[in-house]
Amino acid sequence: MLLGKPVEYKGQEPGIGAGSPPADRRNAGGGLTAGRIRELASRTPVSSPFNPMRVLLPRTARGSQKIAASEAAFGRILKASGWTILGLLVAVFVTLVIHSMPAIKEIGAAFLYRTTWDPVTGDLGALPFIVGTILTSFLALAISIPFSLAISIYLGEYLREGPLSSFLKSAVDLLAGIPSVIYGFWGLFVLAPVVRSLQMKLGIPPYGVGIFTASVVLAIMITPYSASLGREVMQLVPADQKEAALSLGATRYEVMRKVILPYARAGILAGVLLALGRALGETMAVTMVIGNSNFLPKGMFSPANTMASVIANEFAEATGAVYLSALVEIGLLLFIVSTIINILGRYIIKRTSVETA
Amino acid sequence: MRRILTIVSAVLVAAMCAGPAIAANEELLGAGATFPYPLYSKMFDVYHKEEGVKINYQAIGSGGGIRQVLSKTVDFGGTDAFMSEEELAELDTEILHVPTCLGAVVVTYNVPDSPTLNLPPDVVADIFLGKLTNWNDGRIAKANPGVRLPDMTIVVVHRSDGSGTTFIFSDYLSKVSAQWLESVGTGKSLNWPSGLGAKGNPGVAGLVKQLPGSIGYVELIYAVSNNMPVANIKNRTGKFITPSIPSVSLAADTEIPDHTRISITDTAAEGGYPISGFTWTIFYKEQKYEGRSMEKARELVDLVWWMTHDGQELAEPLHYAPLPEPAVKKAEAVIKSALYGGKPILK
Repeated sequence: MLLGKPVEYKGQEPGIGAGSPPADRRNAGGGLTAGRIRELASRTPVSSPFNPMRVLLPRTARGSQKIAASEAAFGRILKASGWTILGLLVAVFVTLVIHSMPAIKEIGAAFLYRTTWDPVTGDLGALPFIVGTILTSFLALAISIPFSLAISIYLGEYLREGPLSSFLKSAVDLLAGIPSVIYGFWGLFVLAPVVRSLQMKLGIPPYGVGIFTASVVLAIMITPYSASLGREVMQLVPADQKEAALSLGATRYEVMRKVILPYARAGILAGVLLALGRALGETMAVTMVIGNSNFLPKGMFSPANTMASVIANEFAEATGAVYLSALVEIGLLLFIVSTIINILGRYIIKRTSVETA
Repeated sequence: MRRILTIVSAVLVAAMCAGPAIAANEELLGAGATFPYPLYSKMFDVYHKEEGVKINYQAIGSGGGIRQVLSKTVDFGGTDAFMSEEELAELDTEILHVPTCLGAVVVTYNVPDSPTLNLPPDVVADIFLGKLTNWNDGRIAKANPGVRLPDMTIVVVHRSDGSGTTFIFSDYLSKVSAQWLESVGTGKSLNWPSGLGAKGNPGVAGLVKQLPGSIGYVELIYAVSNNMPVANIKNRTGKFITPSIPSVSLAADTEIPDHTRISITDTAAEGGYPISGFTWTIFYKEQKYEGRSMEKARELVDLVWWMTHDGQELAEPLHYAPLPEPAVKKAEAVIKSALYGGKPILK
């Protein structure tokens, strides 16, 4: 929210907007000098929020003490918000641990490798769901990366401005806003029959639903996340670097490969990671097209189940302390898996980003 | 910044004040089974207009309903599966079960030309066990003379979400098949030996409609309102029974114990559809707990009485099977046993 604002206002700034150099140049050109402020102030009404004099005026009018106080209060609010988030995260983790205790005590480590899920007898193992989650998420990622990369290159470099560009950008963002149940219905009634006819040609049981169908639906759902972030980081690549490469005789493709992609690599990976996180936790759309079979999947087309979807499916009607807490323990596992993937991703981003290399 | 803070705190304060104000005395809170939800919302709407008592029922599932009753956050719960003796024995107080209507589970399928099939119980069990795998199997043909059955693999479709529908269906199969009882058992979620899972009645129905050769089970109401092909099931008297509201009501025409906690699947009643079951409202027998007022207890008991009497007229138009007379008599006795401070609420 706070970070988004300056970007939004860029185009509306009456003094700077027209005929100003691209964003990176302007930033590179240093801060506001006294002369520049005066120049801007003369062109902008004093009441405008964009008039730099408005920011500076109170300093002389009201004295610096009050500003220091509000500055400190603002800092405290920011700090408190940050710590609250951390506190919530810890609280979620602790709650999950407490509520999964009965299952941890009863089943122990076998929960991680047992392949039967029998709520009637209480023989509960989560391996099929862990495998199902990881398979669908990574397959979805593999399907989505070429598309999201292509979209971000196209919108971030080839078609940066114009009505078509903004239309395509909002279309990509719109994809991210569609409720997942709609993706699920689409997957069940449109995609599944297509997959079924493919399966009939291949001579495998024509279920239509299963890991492959779920991964395709997931891939469509997560593409906007990595595409949007990828586009934004590509636009941040300094123009002089690109121009330097072009002046040396590089083609547009070469600029893309040798300059833009290496520079934006960390950001692109961050987008992929965001998409993966989304894929791991997706529930509704997946449960509608994955076939919900609690066995270890035998292949790419076989029905399976994921951690998120088994919780969504069975939690409401679960009775019995161990069964209920086994479902919570699956939630805990999902939490841990997501955290590990996030940490891993952050490490990769650090390793690959241009600044540290 | 300050204005935003003011607005946020104003909203928070308003929300905190509004909570208790809405949950004032005239409102009864209920939660539980989704199966009778359409009937309950109709009943509660009519009751609100007639008696002025507002009822807030959340269809969160039977398991959730029982949990909410146990944590005393609602006045009554709704459930499709009665609480077991063990579950009840763990409590230090008694919980009453009052049946409100009957539901049934039907077997639906996707076979070319949609013939009406007759299915004996052992065939149903073996199909869902994954043992009987082709529609042209001799055992299906024997029960369906004159029907041309295709050479087609049977694909089982079951519920993926925990459900009272699955409970009634598996309860029936456990009674008619020793192997089912042994290897799968009865429950709202099962370790299915074969097939695909789909969420909710619409999910199962959708998958069955799409998959040639598939077979699944859904609630009677859902199958009726969607014109799906349904199988006639052979009951204990040896007759193939078409699932319908009268044949489901007939299934309850058996010996019912005083506490009404009974499974009526595989009924011995002649003409009764064998995969039928009650749905219940549950509440504490001793209504004086956690500072509940006598009025509230009275309101609850009056409501349940109305649901089992005048409210029954609303069942049939919504495709629910109303309680047969003997079941209503048993329900009356259960409701009359409710107490407030040790004294009966209804005379």
